[in-house]
Amino acid sequence: MGDAERMGLPVRTRLAVLAGRTISEVSRRAGTGEGSAVGGKVTLALDPHALDLLAAGHEVALVSGTNGKTTTTRLLAAALATKAGVTSNSAGANLLSGLVSTLSRSEPSALAAFEVDEGLLPTVVEATRPAVVALLNLSRDQLDRIGEVRLHAEAWGRALGAAPDTTVVANIDDPLVAWAARTAKTVIWVGTGQRWRSDAAACPACGGRIVWTGDQDTAWSCTSCDFARPRPDLSLEGEDLVLTDGRRVPIRLQLPGWCNLANAAMATAAATVLGVDAAVAVRGMADVGTVAGRYAVVDVDGVNVRLLLAKNPAGWAETLRLIRPPPVPVVVGINSRVADGRDPSWLWDVPFEALRGRLVIATGERGRDLAVRLGYAEVEHRFVPGYRDAVRAAAASAIDLAANYTSFQDARTAFGRAGTVDA
Amino acid sequence: MSIGLLFPELLGTYGDGGNAVVLAQRLRWRGIGGDVVEVPAGDPIPRSCDIYLMGGGEDGPQTLAVRQLQSSGVLPRAVDHGAAVLAVCAGYQLLGREFLGPDGSPNAGLGLLDCATTRGRGPRRVGELVVDADPGLGLPTLTGYENHAGVTRLGPTAQPLGRVLVGHGNDAGQGTEGVVDGHVIGTYLHGPVLARNPALADQILEWVVGPLDPIDDSEVHALRTERIATARRSHPLTSRGLAGRRRPWPEPESRAGNGGASR
Repeated sequence: MGDAERMGLPVRTRLAVLAGRTISEVSRRAGTGEGSAVGGKVTLALDPHALDLLAAGHEVALVSGTNGKTTTTRLLAAALATKAGVTSNSAGANLLSGLVSTLSRSEPSALAAFEVDEGLLPTVVEATRPAVVALLNLSRDQLDRIGEVRLHAEAWGRALGAAPDTTVVANIDDPLVAWAARTAKTVIWVGTGQRWRSDAAACPACGGRIVWTGDQDTAWSCTSCDFARPRPDLSLEGEDLVLTDGRRVPIRLQLPGWCNLANAAMATAAATVLGVDAAVAVRGMADVGTVAGRYAVVDVDGVNVRLLLAKNPAGWAETLRLIRPPPVPVVVGINSRVADGRDPSWLWDVPFEALRGRLVIATGERGRDLAVRLGYAEVEHRFVPGYRDAVRAAAASAIDLAANYTSFQDARTAFGRAGTVDA
Repeated sequence: MSIGLLFPELLGTYGDGGNAVVLAQRLRWRGIGGDVVEVPAGDPIPRSCDIYLMGGGEDGPQTLAVRQLQSSGVLPRAVDHGAAVLAVCAGYQLLGREFLGPDGSPNAGLGLLDCATTRGRGPRRVGELVVDADPGLGLPTLTGYENHAGVTRLGPTAQPLGRVLVGHGNDAGQGTEGVVDGHVIGTYLHGPVLARNPALADQILEWVVGPLDPIDDSEVHALRTERIATARRSHPLTSRGLAGRRRPWPEPESRAGNGGASR
């Protein structure tokens, strides 16, 4: 990936890339992080068109949504790797700077699998002219930014309507996603069986009411207009992906739970757009064991701790299903920094009652809020500040730790020198 | 004892369904049965609830909610018969005489509270909110989180829930937060408000069932102390007293610390 291979780029872009990579390298050596974001920022400052120019020549697949971006992108990258070299922002750097930085370090012909922040998706669609965009879901994330969920769907719809060469892979069990995808010229509709419905009560098209009907409440439609669940092209049925031609492809993952089967279904559909057979794509995902620290098992002072991340009520509802059954104790960490949303009232939208029958250690900067919530849920619990102390207080040889975004990072930092037992 | 949670899918943005959990549990822990009746939009509103709860929501859902409340007419009649109402944020605004619809034009509210909400200037009012409860209520300092664009002006007959110590509250230049009228409470405090203010929860319950025994709220008191201290540290300059004047804090730690147990 020498400069010779970037000869197609304007001089300004080449210099911007060089400057960004130099800054990244300095930052990495200085130990101030991975250097990825700062390098990308420098490149973008020197050449605002760097993303468009760097993306040219790559076949690009984008993944966006509230939950599952990082994991789906990781699975998609694994599927695409069965066909060709892949570049991916695997560490979750999903802003423009992260994409630019990743592309600056890529082989020119590599397939690009990128996760994109849901607010930036329209910009990135316009800049990278992707072959495929996978739209996972949209749900309330940060309460101090409420109101943005429907606006995101609207902006997605506009951007995809202006990108006729892009195929959209859309989760039809999220009405907001189905609504955003309706403007696209080519759509692969995927039935994932998503269970989170609390953010889709009002019809995004007309403001009417969405009702869930049919066999086991799997279909939905608006009571006031003709907006309804599209017919699926692919469907997740149990652990099988059922294809348009009726073929059933069994999904075998190391990653646990329904949410990851749904992520795999979405990633498979996206991979087929780039010419990878569905069965081959699924086989390529089988080796993915951890994703940016999620699902990793680490040794913390002699305790095996499995790390789980959940950022919002929809994510927590799924994560609570992944947690091992009682009496395995659980440490739950909650912060409320800007990246988490400053207002943790959403703790009351999470069915923590599911944790009854075991000890739960509440920790993190908003651990006291969580402790009160657990008290009203009648879950046996203690508030213990500090992640290592929290693990110790769980008093077991193997536990699960679930935390929201910055709390998860804090926990990993606190466990820093602890060895990974099972990657 | 029956607690009606009205339109949780429309008016439940800020974890407000937690208010129903708190009320039901505080009854149960005292050996009193309490049923939470969730009333989804479109379903008939039950006439027989002892307490009705509404939470926060966006403009569109707020308008759907007020239309249904107006056409059913159940809520004003229940209030006449002594039912209690706790309405938060969007739910609070729609209990007033007027509030702003999604298109910016004024919508008629239910008129259960003497107040009117208009669009405020500047950015949304977001952050910790600390309120000195009206002395007539006999409640300790109220703590919660607010997130609203509207400002609510109280009419001549309205009694505020309290005076703003930190944050914005009604923010119509009156230095007030919320409204209380009989057993109807409207407030911008969420968190949810009853999880952070057990004394207010018990006050509402006592309106219905009479005096209650104290219960152990030490964990909530630790949270209250932390939140009130954090709010005061982070907003020293935005704090205000009545009519926007700054004033010294009223014995902060003891009030916060004694919280809801000393009823």
